[in-house]
Amino acid sequence: MSGIINSLYNMRHMDDLARRESPIHSIHPLIKLITTIVFIVVVMSFGRYEIVRLLPFFLYPVIIIAISDVPKAPIFKRILFVEPFIIGIGILNPMFDSQTIHIGGIVLSRGWITFGSIFVKSLLTITAALLLIATTGIDRLAEALRMLRVPRIFVLQLLLTYRYISVLTDEVGRMTRAYTLRAPQQKGIHRKAWASFAGQLLIRTFDRAQRVYHAMCARGFAGEYNTGNAFSVRLRDCIYLVCWTLFFVIVRILDIPVLIGSMITGVVL
Amino acid sequence: MHMADALISPLVGGAMVAATTGATAYSIKKVQNDMDEKKIPLMGVMGAFIFAVQMINFSIPGTGSSGHLGGGLLLAIMLGPYGGFLTMASILLIQALLFGDGGLLAYGCNVFNLGFYTCFIAYPLIYKAFVKKRVSPGTIMAGSLVSSIVGLQFGALSVVFQTFLSGKTELPIGTFIMFMQPIHLAIGIIEGVVTAAVVTFIWNSRPEILDKAASGEKLGEVPIKRTLIGLGAAVLIVGGILSWFASANPDGLEWSMLKTFGKTEIETNSDIHKIMSQVQSKTAQLPDYGFKSDDSVNTDKNENESSQASEAWPAVNTGTSFSGIIGGAVTLGVVVLAGGIISIIKRRKLNYKSRI
Repeated sequence: MSGIINSLYNMRHMDDLARRESPIHSIHPLIKLITTIVFIVVVMSFGRYEIVRLLPFFLYPVIIIAISDVPKAPIFKRILFVEPFIIGIGILNPMFDSQTIHIGGIVLSRGWITFGSIFVKSLLTITAALLLIATTGIDRLAEALRMLRVPRIFVLQLLLTYRYISVLTDEVGRMTRAYTLRAPQQKGIHRKAWASFAGQLLIRTFDRAQRVYHAMCARGFAGEYNTGNAFSVRLRDCIYLVCWTLFFVIVRILDIPVLIGSMITGVVL
Repeated sequence: MHMADALISPLVGGAMVAATTGATAYSIKKVQNDMDEKKIPLMGVMGAFIFAVQMINFSIPGTGSSGHLGGGLLLAIMLGPYGGFLTMASILLIQALLFGDGGLLAYGCNVFNLGFYTCFIAYPLIYKAFVKKRVSPGTIMAGSLVSSIVGLQFGALSVVFQTFLSGKTELPIGTFIMFMQPIHLAIGIIEGVVTAAVVTFIWNSRPEILDKAASGEKLGEVPIKRTLIGLGAAVLIVGGILSWFASANPDGLEWSMLKTFGKTEIETNSDIHKIMSQVQSKTAQLPDYGFKSDDSVNTDKNENESSQASEAWPAVNTGTSFSGIIGGAVTLGVVVLAGGIISIIKRRKLNYKSRI
């Protein structure tokens, strides 16, 4: 249980990251959202036997991390958190696709190549999504969604769910502490108490959430966070978008690694 | 059950995003009609709750794998189908963004698999039928058990189909189904029991929360039909447009292998086949499916011979693949270098500033 509470608390860490200042942080949230989606779609459009051609795309996360100064450790931790599922499905590829090919002198089964391409793609796409939120934050991303004409009620629901996660976590912490105090020398929560614990948790959180919501309404909340700073798309936001899109398109069309490789081998040999 | 971007092709992902957007838009319209002061915080709380529930992974006895609850049915019971679907959509968006759990391209698939079947099929058609006449712990338990199982079976099946249509993995569709469905049967049973337990508790202590949600929506025949037709149309249109784009970019196996490795010669590694059939015979719970052992031994032999014969074959175009590998290494080097240079420049600037 404490593991879950910890990882839920870690969520706030992303908020802290998003509050930093850097050239990447100051890019318009909508622009960053569009760039991320373009990136993911382009990466995923590659065939399943292409690994080498995906490599230039690592430039995107690397540059974003370098410029935005987002610490690498929490990002990597989150990638590790989800990678097992993808590996779990992908690792079956070498079993099912056992036909082999020669690369230079090495014999590889095609399954390993498709697995490698799934792995690289997942690495790229997960990192891109995480970097988006780490440099933007959920509030500003919600603003971007509003600009995309996503209905208010959905954005509101998104923000409230996000906010209430910490309310719920507090409640879980309080209830487990109370429970362990009353049940010493007992490991975890007894099976008999699970249902009432979960139900009680819901009701307590609901009551508190309602108080929070009423308090927000009393302070003039009418369905939108009024942050006071309205963003507008500036010239440099457009340049950011155009540059990255150009880069993605060029890397999609040209086989950069083979070009570089043949240039080198051409010069050396 | 969250699908990652890496397992989805843009075509399937785009079509599912379109379908989900349609269902979401429809739900928003429906929910807006009966929005009251209680429902907004309740939706948020339920979202947070299911979010936490989905993070608890439990191991499934006898399979060696683990799963987590979906929570779609609980959402539908507490918030009604439309509110439940919307809440599921926002939970999955937060998970995709903050934890990278389930990708952005696969977002449509995930919302559909976890939300659509439970909220729009299992809840109105099955659960409601069970509790229609009398609400009691017994009917709640029976209703949520059956509808959880059905909802999850649908969800698991559509995971299989989406993966299959995307063509990113090599899993034969039959095997994949034989893996997914039994596991999700187990998860469905656990999910049904948990859902029933929570709903019964709330029904006992705070019936007014449930009553509001249950009475707020009346799910007639026509809207569901209309939704389904609309969704089908959206999938077809987007699928058609995207596949038109995709066909301009042939992605054949031969072509890409030729491109990547400059060689189309293919042979079979018999070791992996053998391991595979051993694994198959060990996981004998699936007797209907499997490689016919006699046949596979025979083909193994054949393949052994053929692979020995073709081992003498030189790679047709070693040059291209060689330069591909070198080029790849150089590309990675350049990427790392770029990151390093930017960090160094930034640090210099900082030092410079601090000196001033």
